Amino acid sequence: MTAAMRVRVFVVDDHELFRSGVRSGLGTSCEIVGDAGSVDEAVAGVLAAAPDVVLLDVHMPAGGGRAVIEGVRAGGGTTTRFLALSVSDAAEDVIGLIRAGARGYVTKSISAKDLAAAVRRIHDGDVVFSPRLAGFVLDAFAGAATQPLDPEMDLLTAREREALRYIARGYTYKEVAVELHISVKTVETHVSAVLRKLQLSNRHELTRWASERQLI
Amino acid sequence: MAETTAQRGTSTPGGDPAAAPRRAAAPRPRLERSRRDRVIGGVAAGIGQHLGLPPLTVRIAFVALSLAAGFGIVVYGLLWLLAPQEALAPDAAAAPRSRMLAVRPTPRQAFGGALIVAGILLLLLASGFWFDQSIAWPVSLAAIGFAVLWARSGEEGRGRWSLDAVMTGQTSLPRVAIGSVLIVVAMGVVLGNNYSLAAAGPMLLAAAVAIGGLGLLVGPWAWNVGRELIEERSQRVRTEARAEMAAHLHDSVLQTLALIQRAPESREMASLARTQERELRAWLYGRAPSLPGTRMRDAIDAMAGRVEREQHVNVEAVVVGDAEIDEHVQALVAAVGEATLNAAKHSGQTEVSVFVEVEADAISAFVRDHGAGFDPAAVASDRRGIADSIIGRLAAHGGTAEVHSKPGDGTEVVLRLPRKAA
Repeated sequence: MTAAMRVRVFVVDDHELFRSGVRSGLGTSCEIVGDAGSVDEAVAGVLAAAPDVVLLDVHMPAGGGRAVIEGVRAGGGTTTRFLALSVSDAAEDVIGLIRAGARGYVTKSISAKDLAAAVRRIHDGDVVFSPRLAGFVLDAFAGAATQPLDPEMDLLTAREREALRYIARGYTYKEVAVELHISVKTVETHVSAVLRKLQLSNRHELTRWASERQLI
Repeated sequence: MAETTAQRGTSTPGGDPAAAPRRAAAPRPRLERSRRDRVIGGVAAGIGQHLGLPPLTVRIAFVALSLAAGFGIVVYGLLWLLAPQEALAPDAAAAPRSRMLAVRPTPRQAFGGALIVAGILLLLLASGFWFDQSIAWPVSLAAIGFAVLWARSGEEGRGRWSLDAVMTGQTSLPRVAIGSVLIVVAMGVVLGNNYSLAAAGPMLLAAAVAIGGLGLLVGPWAWNVGRELIEERSQRVRTEARAEMAAHLHDSVLQTLALIQRAPESREMASLARTQERELRAWLYGRAPSLPGTRMRDAIDAMAGRVEREQHVNVEAVVVGDAEIDEHVQALVAAVGEATLNAAKHSGQTEVSVFVEVEADAISAFVRDHGAGFDPAAVASDRRGIADSIIGRLAAHGGTAEVHSKPGDGTEVVLRLPRKAA
């Protein structure tokens, strides 16, 4: 793999140890262009380095990952994509970050190999749905929307729901494609559509989750 | 009453000399208004319990005292206000809806109460203990207004006729209006009647009436607001302390545990750290702690933690929806646990995915690994574990289980438990 092909990654986490851990884990497959331990540092660093993918801690002092995304977007960093990393699996944290603009969510216990794969997928414009995130989404979209103002956005299609179920069951995109007799590309289209709904829907559950607790 | 006397009759001459002192040593029950045995407010029965007297005796005493210039009525009213209500029996607490209905006086109780009040008034009138008409009528009006204001849906919500309660329909607007109008009219009548005669201090009287009326109007509400404020404050202090601790532990312990799991040195260490992280996270960010063993979600999480601990694998458990645990759900959780344990033991992989989804008509569970897989048709008879503990167990509860596996392609156990129409 030549240097030009390597994904340029920026790591944001307020724990030095974790940053160096990611550095050594991803070092071979990605190019770490910088890291930061606070929201202000992160916004400035990301805008200066213009990385392809930012690995973003959910919880940080002074606004957390959400503040970083908002700061970078406000500063004109529109091409950078965000992958949320967290040790806490509270639904409101995850949904909040996704609604702020993150393209996927993984837990910090993920192996270096899987993390590298997730980074590459984010870089390629796809979204990363861990089984847990798929579970949260199924929970949030369970049943009929209380008031589907916009059925396009507030409801999942049967196909999207099926794909999410397989992901929650631990299937890879490729395996989902085989089970549903569709192409991997179509699976990616489905989960991308789900992510868009997650970000734009006005479903009560989602807005509640996103605003219920201030991210620490 | 007859029953009580009979009990005493048998116990006292019964001859056990230790019985009497022992009973005296037993702590007297607290003075509380009775919930079950009541004609008006449960005061008489409460006193009866407190003093060890039959309630009827107490009631008769109250009526007799009331004849003495209404003394009994005042005492009763004070006790009603001051004595706390008897705590709910546990089973009643579990059903708050029925509790609300239970405290509403039955028509018989209401009728009895009205009869008693009317009788007392007539007695007072007949015996000459009667107030000036100019006082009696306003007082009656104010009393009725007060009663209308207070008599909400039941004891629990007494005095809760805040704006909020009116808005949410807990207290009807007409009721508040009627009560307020009655009290205001009563104040007006008092003032009108006494305007000429109270030459000594009309201003003083007016002020007293106004304050009294205001007290009647606002008193119960203020009383309640004060109590709620205290409750709210202590609740908030608890929540803040918890959030602070969560933030602190998150920044220290959880991060460390996550780091340990990333270090490839020791599998046992990693699984230990994972277990600790899972437990701590559940405590920090979990739902309100439920009683152990009542929610399926908690049972699945606990199962996943157990398998992780024992088999040193990572169990990714995702649960959508939740259900109360009954014997059927219990069987499903056990079957899922068995399947997870199988996957952990035989797949040769360190990752097992568990997905459980609760739907209206069924609970589906999937246990998946990306391991060696096997040919289900060629399972040796010594691996009866799946057949017995998973398929058999579920079948006994009307459920089904299927095993999908191909050598080299991983294994998935699919469990399905129909739910009774809820």
